[in-house]
Amino acid sequence: MGKNILKRIDLIFKEEPDSKNVLKKTLSKSNDELINELIASGLKGRGGAGFPTGLKWKLTAESKSTEKYVICNADEGEPGTFKDREILTQVPYKVLTGMAVCGRIIGARKGFIYLRGEYKYLLKELNAEIKKFHAICDELGLKFRVEVFMGFGAYICGEESALFESMEGKRGEPRNKPPYPSDFGYLGKPTVINNVETLAHTFTIFQHGTDKFRELGVKDSHGSKLFSISGDTPTPGIYELELGMTVEDFVNDFGDGDTKAVQVGGASGFCVPRKKFRETRIGYQGKLTGISLPTGGSMMLFNSSRSMYNLLSNYLEFFTEESCGQCTPCRVGTQQLIEGIRAVKRGEKPASYLDKLLALTETMKATAKCGLGQSVANSFQSIVENFREEMIY
Amino acid sequence: MDALQEKIKEVVAHHGRERHNLLPVLQEVVEQERYLSDYAMTLIAEEMGISAADVYGTATFYSFMDTVPRGKYLIRVCKTITCYMKGKNQILMALEEALKIKLGETTPDKKFTLMETNCLGWCHKAPAMLINDDVHAELTVEKVHSLIKEYKERP
Repeated sequence: MGKNILKRIDLIFKEEPDSKNVLKKTLSKSNDELINELIASGLKGRGGAGFPTGLKWKLTAESKSTEKYVICNADEGEPGTFKDREILTQVPYKVLTGMAVCGRIIGARKGFIYLRGEYKYLLKELNAEIKKFHAICDELGLKFRVEVFMGFGAYICGEESALFESMEGKRGEPRNKPPYPSDFGYLGKPTVINNVETLAHTFTIFQHGTDKFRELGVKDSHGSKLFSISGDTPTPGIYELELGMTVEDFVNDFGDGDTKAVQVGGASGFCVPRKKFRETRIGYQGKLTGISLPTGGSMMLFNSSRSMYNLLSNYLEFFTEESCGQCTPCRVGTQQLIEGIRAVKRGEKPASYLDKLLALTETMKATAKCGLGQSVANSFQSIVENFREEMIY
Repeated sequence: MDALQEKIKEVVAHHGRERHNLLPVLQEVVEQERYLSDYAMTLIAEEMGISAADVYGTATFYSFMDTVPRGKYLIRVCKTITCYMKGKNQILMALEEALKIKLGETTPDKKFTLMETNCLGWCHKAPAMLINDDVHAELTVEKVHSLIKEYKERP
């Protein structure tokens, strides 16, 4: 433990208050040049889904509309994630600059930061930063304005289409896709919606070029990534690391010497048991050997004193409460799962009932309307399959 | 026109009557009134020209949109995984002891309400809670008692 095996990167939090220079630099280039730069960098969405950022901007730029929007998704609600708050605290100008460059490329004059209600204490300082940033835009003749929209305690609003609904003054219920935000986003207009960290990375790419970004990480997973590290670790906190690391190296660096499992990607992510530490890598799906897990950056460590049943039960309680209730597989499924594992634990149902519950998560994965309902299967399956005895006894 | 009617007229005029201003309007009313009464929701609906059912449906979707009266200081203790692992139950017990109320209740003087909430994003400094908008992290039983003492002395 604490071996410092993994290289610490210092790009995102590096103080470079050069919004004006970055904006000037981008203004001297054509939209196509900038989009190609972004695509060449290999930057993928840092919220967890991993959609190529350059492509997202390109598609929205190609959408025909006089009204478009740029939205920064700061509804950071995944259990175990807290990096976006730190970006907005320490280097908000990077995010704002990324939004303005995006706005220019796609043809949007208006940007929003959707800030979760739990982070409301940030609002005052963020608004002051926005005011400063507007002055820079005016100086450069850029017609771009950013506004903060406050969330109000709903995890599901981190899902992009639920976020649009919420901003439109409705219940945060996800929409069917397609149409995608690049055609039909906020108020039905073409919209780019990016995670806070993704936008901060675009600043680095426009500032230092694609090479500086691409030299980090591995094939298919370029660049660095912020990790929110918590749980049974002597060194919890936010760390910028290269993508492509194995869970084993991660645990040797951040574990407490007794790590039993690592939850990668929060409650909606995967639980990696000790026996799979070596073969599991952190990054986007690609041609890597072994298993590759994407993550929004939540890494939670659990040592042998922890009950995996309690862990799963806590996740399921979370999902049951945060399900928007719109579609049946998720609304009823999450409740059946939590009742189900309780019944097995109490001995009211046989151990084989767990297999029925596993089948139910497959159904949810196939039929739930959005990522919330679909991803409950990730943690449920990886915990029940790897720690089955703990579910029963 | 009563005081609430006037207030809502003013808030809606400030944000605009279009539907996409509903959340900011609701948020401002909750903040000022400490909760959204049925009456307030009906007034907002009238003022914005939408149905009361739409206002109610939207408001009740969001966990911070309180529709029953809350205390002046609303405490929300994080109960999600890391805070749970790092002793949120002890923190909750300490709060119940200090405030002499149970989870979900409001003190008779209407000063404090005790609630639980999902992940606050302070997992590296668990356990954590919010008192209104302010974050209190790395909580201990002692810290809870001194915090509550301090808040009790506030107006």
